[in-house]
Amino acid sequence: MPRKLTNPFSTSSMPNSERTAERRPSQSKGSRITQFFSTPKSKEQLSAQQTLQAMQQHQGISPPTISLPTISLSTASAGEPNSDEPATTLFQPPSVAEESRRLRVESQFGPLISQSHRYISAHQGKPLEAPVEDEPPYFYVLTTYLSYLILIFFGHTRDFFGKRFGNKKHYEALKVQNGYAPLNDDFDNFYVRRLKMRIDDCFARPTTGVPGRYITLMDRKSDDFNRTYQFTGTYTETLNMSSYNYLGFAQSEGPCADAVEEVVRKYGLASCSPRADSGTTDLALEVEREIAQFVGKPAAMVFSMGFVTNAASFPALVSKGCLILSDELNHASIRIGARLSGAVIRSFKHNNIDDLERSLREAIAQGQPRTHRPWKKILVAVEGLYSMEGTMVDLPGVLTLKKKYKFFLYVDEAHSIGALGPRGRGVCDYFGVDPAEVDILMGTLTKSFGANGGYIAADKHVIDKLKSTNAATILGETAAPSVLMQISASLRIITGDLAPGQGDERLQRIAWNSRYLRLGLKRLGFIVYGNDDSPIIPVLLYHPAKISAFSHEMLKRKISVVVVGYPATPLISSRVRFCVSSAHNKDDMDRLLAACDEVGTILDVKYSTGVAGGLAPLPTGVTPETESEWRKANGLEGVISPPRWKLEDVIACGAEDAKKTLR
Amino acid sequence: MDLHEVQAQLTEWLDEAATAFQKVPGSAVLIRYVRSSYQNDPVRSAIELILVIFFIRYLLAPSYSTSKQNFIKLTEDEIDELVEEWVPEPLVAPQTALEEAEMEKLPVLVGPTGPKVKIANGKTVINLASYNFYNLNANEQIKEKAVQTLRTYGVGPCGPPQFYGTQDVHMRTEADIASYLGTESCIAYAQAFSTISSVIPAFCKRGDIIVADRAVNYSIRRGLEISRSNIKWYNHGDLDDLERVMKKVVEEQAKKKLTRRFIVTEALFETVGDCNDLPRLVELKEKYKFRIILDETWSFGVLGRTGRGLTEAQNVDPTQVDMIVGSLAGPLCGGGGFCAGQKDVVEHQRLTAASYTFSAALPAMLAMTASESLNILQSNPEILQQCRENIRFMRAQLDPRSDWVTCTSAAENPVMILVFKSEVVKARRLSIEDQERLLQECVDESLANGVWITRLKGMPITNSIGLKDGAWTVTPALKVCITSGLSKKDVEKAGVTIRHAITKVMTRKTNNKLGLPAA
Ligand SMILES: Cc1ncc(COP(=O)(O)O)c(C=O)c1O
Repeated sequence: MPRKLTNPFSTSSMPNSERTAERRPSQSKGSRITQFFSTPKSKEQLSAQQTLQAMQQHQGISPPTISLPTISLSTASAGEPNSDEPATTLFQPPSVAEESRRLRVESQFGPLISQSHRYISAHQGKPLEAPVEDEPPYFYVLTTYLSYLILIFFGHTRDFFGKRFGNKKHYEALKVQNGYAPLNDDFDNFYVRRLKMRIDDCFARPTTGVPGRYITLMDRKSDDFNRTYQFTGTYTETLNMSSYNYLGFAQSEGPCADAVEEVVRKYGLASCSPRADSGTTDLALEVEREIAQFVGKPAAMVFSMGFVTNAASFPALVSKGCLILSDELNHASIRIGARLSGAVIRSFKHNNIDDLERSLREAIAQGQPRTHRPWKKILVAVEGLYSMEGTMVDLPGVLTLKKKYKFFLYVDEAHSIGALGPRGRGVCDYFGVDPAEVDILMGTLTKSFGANGGYIAADKHVIDKLKSTNAATILGETAAPSVLMQISASLRIITGDLAPGQGDERLQRIAWNSRYLRLGLKRLGFIVYGNDDSPIIPVLLYHPAKISAFSHEMLKRKISVVVVGYPATPLISSRVRFCVSSAHNKDDMDRLLAACDEVGTILDVKYSTGVAGGLAPLPTGVTPETESEWRKANGLEGVISPPRWKLEDVIACGAEDAKKTLR
Repeated sequence: MDLHEVQAQLTEWLDEAATAFQKVPGSAVLIRYVRSSYQNDPVRSAIELILVIFFIRYLLAPSYSTSKQNFIKLTEDEIDELVEEWVPEPLVAPQTALEEAEMEKLPVLVGPTGPKVKIANGKTVINLASYNFYNLNANEQIKEKAVQTLRTYGVGPCGPPQFYGTQDVHMRTEADIASYLGTESCIAYAQAFSTISSVIPAFCKRGDIIVADRAVNYSIRRGLEISRSNIKWYNHGDLDDLERVMKKVVEEQAKKKLTRRFIVTEALFETVGDCNDLPRLVELKEKYKFRIILDETWSFGVLGRTGRGLTEAQNVDPTQVDMIVGSLAGPLCGGGGFCAGQKDVVEHQRLTAASYTFSAALPAMLAMTASESLNILQSNPEILQQCRENIRFMRAQLDPRSDWVTCTSAAENPVMILVFKSEVVKARRLSIEDQERLLQECVDESLANGVWITRLKGMPITNSIGLKDGAWTVTPALKVCITSGLSKKDVEKAGVTIRHAITKVMTRKTNNKLGLPAA
């Protein structure tokens, strides 16, 4: 593979400083010659320093497992990155400093174990089917309700006695004090005080360092049932299944971090002004251009916060006399933006195209409430990938309706940009839809790009108008130069302009990891929500007590996970959510599967009935196409046995099966 | 829960139970029993049948909603026709002439921001349009710290604070701000602009009462609107009027259940530039038992000996102000905003403030920068003095000397708001649009002469927020932001340039049709 060294600023208007050149030594002829002797991963005749730098530039982001020069006796020729052959190392082991550096880099981004662990995320023809939602036996549903009843009962009992005999300090905030009404409503606060407090240690765990493949937690303990915490002074490095680090750009090393450092030294830390005053910099415009090009729209604008991108853009787009049709599970930022806009808001059932069509017909037929005047415009707001469900919007379905009903479409790609599609360009890319068909593409830069902020991409006249009317552009602070550079550098890595090869590897790794983990969890017997290619994998727990138990058990196994319960989810469907990243590799997934297998058995959360997949393999000779015939012949129609695979089998078959249609 | 929801839930359970029932061993026996009863007791079976029919009918009935009262029944064809006929308005209206001109003329900064900057046309100009009051953006010590942070934490925390997005850096920054201000606790948000819009609704709910200054900024207005509280207004800067409103609220409320009451106001007003009287506010607040939400976005890091804000400048104990909201993104050159107050006030926000819980945490480098900047301000209060001196130099060039504009900002406010003198507006009968256009010309003229200033923007959107009786017309103004990074000579030169630019615009033939000012 040609190791062309790309300058991170090559296409930007920023002058190229000498230092950049110094830091990234170009490769001499020597190294090209040595490629005859080496696997593409090895580097020879470079000083240790150069090796390290080259490592960051290397086509694979994953640093070679051993970063010191290795001589391989295999004869793989250059330009064949897919060789699986391990390098035969004849060299002495790396020094301590080297080794610790390698560990550090790998703790942020795991090495790819096999080139076969890649998959291209793309929709496979057929209309998108809503994922089957499995349900647990009624026993579990009933006991879940019962658990809440018990919790509420105990809560009230404790309140009753606590308020009379308990520590006055704990209830002060609920009473009228010195003429001031209590800051918290007793009723509103009940949930926090009596339910959340019990499991509070599963949330807001403080961390330190990079939230990459691993995340380092600051250990804390509580002597008063989570009212206060004390830090023990120790740290735990855990496998990070919780951060929205989809493409693994949370890194403190590598081309992104280098570019950011450079920009900090050159530009300082802030722009100190809203875009409309003096915050419009060459860097910001460049990033906007890159984003527009990336998502396939004529123009784009960036904001310093994703939440505000939504909250400020809806008021700039719609107003009184307009209608917003919003998916019932849309993010809070969309809901707040919609409310601020003054338009009428109606919601439709999550991802339900029929319900959307019904709402549209009714809206157009009835017009505005009371006056029956026709709506000025209708804006349908959906998310590309839903962060609590792992489901994708049925974009082709929505677009069919769009042609007929002439509404405008706003797609929030907070989680899908970068994470979906063969080129990482979000849901449009995934479904092979022309981005021009969607009016507004919004996304956040907080997740896949490891930066902060949000963007809106649309036609030029729309963006121009939004720039003049959007409150966050006129009054809100501009994104910091460092953040802008992180966006720019990560974007260029994805497109392949910077460190060619890295981007594709990242995209294909997250796709494979997601499918592998999802399939594995289903086979182990968990109820998993969401579409097959989604990197957000929620596993249903149901019982409130299992929320904290699952989190604790995982923490014991040094895995950090996000658990969510009511009110972020419906009362009964408490869940744990895994966010898969390109920074993970198969070892990490296997480690997680093993942990889930154990914990799932201990906590009895393997509820799956098999309707949603994870079925036993078909006998030899039967293919998925002939499955129905085979079932008919053997009288197995409609017979679905709950999958409860053994861990070894899951791991053994998963790697291959993840690339086939999941069943 | 509504009654019909409960009912629906019940029927759902019944339904579930029925299915479950069939799975229970022994259910066959029961079914056989029912079957035999059908043969032996037709009356009973008939009643059962009626019940079943009723049940099915109930299940099939569409859920009815109260908003359908004037629902017009149409056939599918009619609906199709309506759909066919309906023509929506375009997604956005075309840009207005002013918007277009403004966008075209908006200078693009090339390279870092600072007291003197390069813009896209290649010229280097004096930058009086940034909130970089102390030029901390160029501070090497801060940059070094930021790079170290980058090399330890990367850029983004990749998650909201409640889900592993809280890093030790954030906790340190929060503690630093709290100790700097002298409050018990503090919470850091990821963006300053949206901080107060989330703080207000976190505490103020439907039925609560908020008394607000008429001139409060856009972010506050947004917060007020989201809160759905009962909002009363008092005249800008008129604390007697505030007292009158508060008294009235207390009287009206005397017989009712005590609700939360808040005063929401700014320390330095964004759109006027003048300063609040905190001791009096605190006195009123204690007298009438209101809580204060004070927006210090423009005064934090600016007022007071070491920049602690209005509390330091006016010698008020910060614990007497319930919530102090400020920015880390302006003069501190970091990023994000904060809200400081008592511990329970802060902890409450961690769960209920929308832009905190539903948004990713602040990048570690920016949090670190804010801490570092505070540290610098605290240990070198001279730089605040230097900035204030520059403000004086600039003022001397503009306010008393210009025939056209006057400065409404407080003496120590580095953001100088310059509005047309009332006699100018009267003599020339300048409408708001005229003023905006003229001021834009002043900005352009000044920039052409090497001094970058800006206008007070965001007026249309501020006015558009649908708050009843809260109408407040922002007076169009020029905004001149002073920085300590310029020498006395530079500041004076810039002041002269601005003054001349204004005079030139105002005496231009095309602008002069309406007559000369009275002066
Ligand atoms: C759908 C959606 N939109 C917007 C946001 C807000 O983005 P940010 O975290 O950058 O403020 C989120 C974040 O969680 C999200 O999930």
